[in-house]
Amino acid sequence: MDYKLDFSVVFDEMPDLLLGALATLGLALAGMTLALIIGILGVAARKSRFCVLRGLVIGFVEIVRNTPFLVQIFFIFFALPMLGLRFNPTVTAIIALAVNGGAYAIEIIRGGVDNIQKGQIEAGLALGLHKAQVFRLIVLKPALRSIYPSLTSQFIMLTLTSSVCTSIAAYELTSVAQIIESDTFRSFEVYFTITIMYLIISWMMMSMFALINRHYFSYPVR
Amino acid sequence: MPQTPNIDTPLIAMEGVEKWYGTFHALKSINLMVRKGEKIVLCGPSGSGKSTLIRCINHLEPFEEGRIVVDGTALDDSSRTIDAVRREVGMVFQSFNLFPHMTVLENCALAPMRVRGTKKAEAESIARKYLERVRIQDQADKYPAQLSGGQQQRVAIARALCMEPKAMLFDEPTSALDPEMVKEVLDTMIGLARDGMTMICVTHEMGFARQVADRVIFMASGEIIEEGEPEVFFRNPAHARTRAFLGEILAHH
Repeated sequence: MDYKLDFSVVFDEMPDLLLGALATLGLALAGMTLALIIGILGVAARKSRFCVLRGLVIGFVEIVRNTPFLVQIFFIFFALPMLGLRFNPTVTAIIALAVNGGAYAIEIIRGGVDNIQKGQIEAGLALGLHKAQVFRLIVLKPALRSIYPSLTSQFIMLTLTSSVCTSIAAYELTSVAQIIESDTFRSFEVYFTITIMYLIISWMMMSMFALINRHYFSYPVR
Repeated sequence: MPQTPNIDTPLIAMEGVEKWYGTFHALKSINLMVRKGEKIVLCGPSGSGKSTLIRCINHLEPFEEGRIVVDGTALDDSSRTIDAVRREVGMVFQSFNLFPHMTVLENCALAPMRVRGTKKAEAESIARKYLERVRIQDQADKYPAQLSGGQQQRVAIARALCMEPKAMLFDEPTSALDPEMVKEVLDTMIGLARDGMTMICVTHEMGFARQVADRVIFMASGEIIEEGEPEVFFRNPAHARTRAFLGEILAHH
């Protein structure tokens, strides 16, 4: 092997890499937040008495979960403009992450909602609350708590999947790395560095999730 | 004895109520009138339809035929009548069903705030009042999982009372409790009965029935088999099925 490691490139480009990492963090947080909203609203729609709504959610989840993320993002970026819907790469990336993460979130949260004992719902109804209030006030929080580990690991996946957004030249860590690599040919140094950076981003996410868990789901259960 | 008209009109009236689960005939032409302030104990073997009967009153179970009128509101399947009835009828369940993510106080203040639109401060003072009534006010800031079964059930009673209901339905309120906790819940219910609450209790606690019930009703296979004042009911049951049932129950107590 005559490849001599030279990390000086990486150090020179560190400001750009950090900005890229920040962009990745931003995409991930925006995507996750929207995915969570889609997940909760999706489950509410899935549980509603309107069969059209239920059917739409089932169809949405089926399509998104059984097609590649790359195809989904290409569809939004290249196919939707044909219908007059045009988004810049960053917005496209956020939409794609939200849609993809949202579909998985719907399935995960639905599992949590299905696990809530029927008695909880009946107690709410017997007190005079409406179905929507029962879902929002009684069912949702314990349901989210019960699936929190699966939901957060799905969100870590989503964060890492954001690297695929490089394919439409969205501004994020992997695309920044690609540009540096093609300018300098220091493939090993660059990809080694962003590997570490992704690892750190994941750890940061995990600590954030742990913090939220401790703050929001701290009530005791037997 | 002079009678005012509202003593004649029952608070809860069931007329010819029929209910099926698929092909299973769960309630057969149920007729039941409950006057204001009356205490009814419903007993019978498991699967006899007693829980189903009280769950029809607040429409947790829909029924196919007949009429149920609660405080002048005839239940149909519209949310308007269902809401009206549920606001006036409290329910206590076998498994307590407290909301685990809310403190005792929040459990109690929830419905007054969300259903009646009571302001938070006022809802909390109502909650404290009823928690005091079930003698559990010092646990107000705890979560349900931190309480014993008996305490949880008393909170559940307080939670229902916070809506200041006109009647209370009890669905086997002591069946899930350890024996040493049954008394504290029954004492709470007896207190409630003494204060004049209209109550329908599904229970096998025959001591409780003797002490507070105006009428004891025996059900089997979805039918009301017999009813009577507790003294008569226990001393001299008319039907063989009632005698067999009482024999079983009393042998265990």
